[in-house]
Amino acid sequence: MIVGGWMPARVSTVTASTTNARILEIVVPGWPGNLPGQHLDIRLTADDGYQAERSYSIASSGPGEVVELGVDEVPDGEVSPYLTQVIEPGDELEVKGPLGGYFVWHADDPSPVQLIAGGSGIVPLLAMARARASARVSTPFRLLYSVRTRADAMYADEIDGLAAQGIEVTWAYTREAPAGWAGTTGRLTPQALAASVWPAAENPLTFVCGPTGFVEASADALVAGGQNAARVRTERFGGA
Amino acid sequence: MAVISRGFGRRARESDPKLPPGQYLTEDFPVLSAGPTPRIDTDQWAFRIVTEKNLATTWTWADLMALPIETIDTDIHCVTRWSKLGTTWRGVSLDTLFKDIDTDYQFAMAHSYGGYTTNIPLADLLGGKSWVAFEFDGKPLEPAHGGPARLLVPHLYFWKSAKWVNGITLQKRDDPGFWEQNGYNLHGDPWTEERYW
Repeated sequence: MIVGGWMPARVSTVTASTTNARILEIVVPGWPGNLPGQHLDIRLTADDGYQAERSYSIASSGPGEVVELGVDEVPDGEVSPYLTQVIEPGDELEVKGPLGGYFVWHADDPSPVQLIAGGSGIVPLLAMARARASARVSTPFRLLYSVRTRADAMYADEIDGLAAQGIEVTWAYTREAPAGWAGTTGRLTPQALAASVWPAAENPLTFVCGPTGFVEASADALVAGGQNAARVRTERFGGA
Repeated sequence: MAVISRGFGRRARESDPKLPPGQYLTEDFPVLSAGPTPRIDTDQWAFRIVTEKNLATTWTWADLMALPIETIDTDIHCVTRWSKLGTTWRGVSLDTLFKDIDTDYQFAMAHSYGGYTTNIPLADLLGGKSWVAFEFDGKPLEPAHGGPARLLVPHLYFWKSAKWVNGITLQKRDDPGFWEQNGYNLHGDPWTEERYW
């Protein structure tokens, strides 16, 4: 993997995903394609030359020059409020990537995959679920998605559709569950987590992504539940 | 000439000369690691340096505490672009640990509980540049931040400051460690933005 310099990109579509999140499609001429789970760096330049750079997960994968990003607004952030409130189709920015060779799923790996997402941590994990469909493999996948409320779930409808592809989806609501929800509401307990993930005996490859507290608690629970720590890969969201 | 992003403007809090290029200030202390947090008791902890002659020198926690302990006031810079200024640590200098180590090799691989590795030239470890740190901000280092002890190499991006550190192996070449095999730069100087391959 050789990472070159900054590449110009143009926003092609902007879609509201939740109250605080948007899906951006950007066109990056010369984009070499990316693996599911990789990220890129964004550079914004103000008209006085001031620049800010941040990393964002990529929701798409494979070849092509259209790259999809799912951006959740970080309170008091600098770059994310611009991406969630200001940027419109036709606007320009720069990207560098794809980046990261570890938090990625390879379609030729037959191991069962456990995806565990908190909030906007769904973005790189959805890229993996989509890649499974693109590769037309039947690798066993499970997704556990923890959100505050249903309205905070990014890609909610698409995730509901994953069941039809044979992906087992478990929702966890920390603040308020939708009407008719049979499960509990509140922080994911180790018991609830253990009940929805692949058993340790299946030797799953697990990807956990979300805010630090969520990732720490989930990864701790997995290890305490007997999962092989070396098979648990984590990506923690921080920063603005 | 960089592309101008319409409607994007400067934020006052970003303009600190202590910030390397591409970094932003954070007040909290983000946690970034590749897997679950190992939890190591100090009575199990050990640190060893292994040379090319396969000679190992090992320190227990008590051994470490008996060495000269330094206070380190420094800025830290993560490759994911946050920087934290004016942090205070306590730890033992690698100069102290290397005092009786005999090696001709110029490179080191740091090893951690949990299997993490990162490569660092000896020139970046010695000469008052790095420590085995066990205290942050006046308190024992929390497990999520690498406690009971982590390497502290503040002049390089923070992925070089291996959490849960348990040893250093001298190596002939600058062979890559964990993140270096996964896309990060072999060296990692924040001021020249040595982020990726």
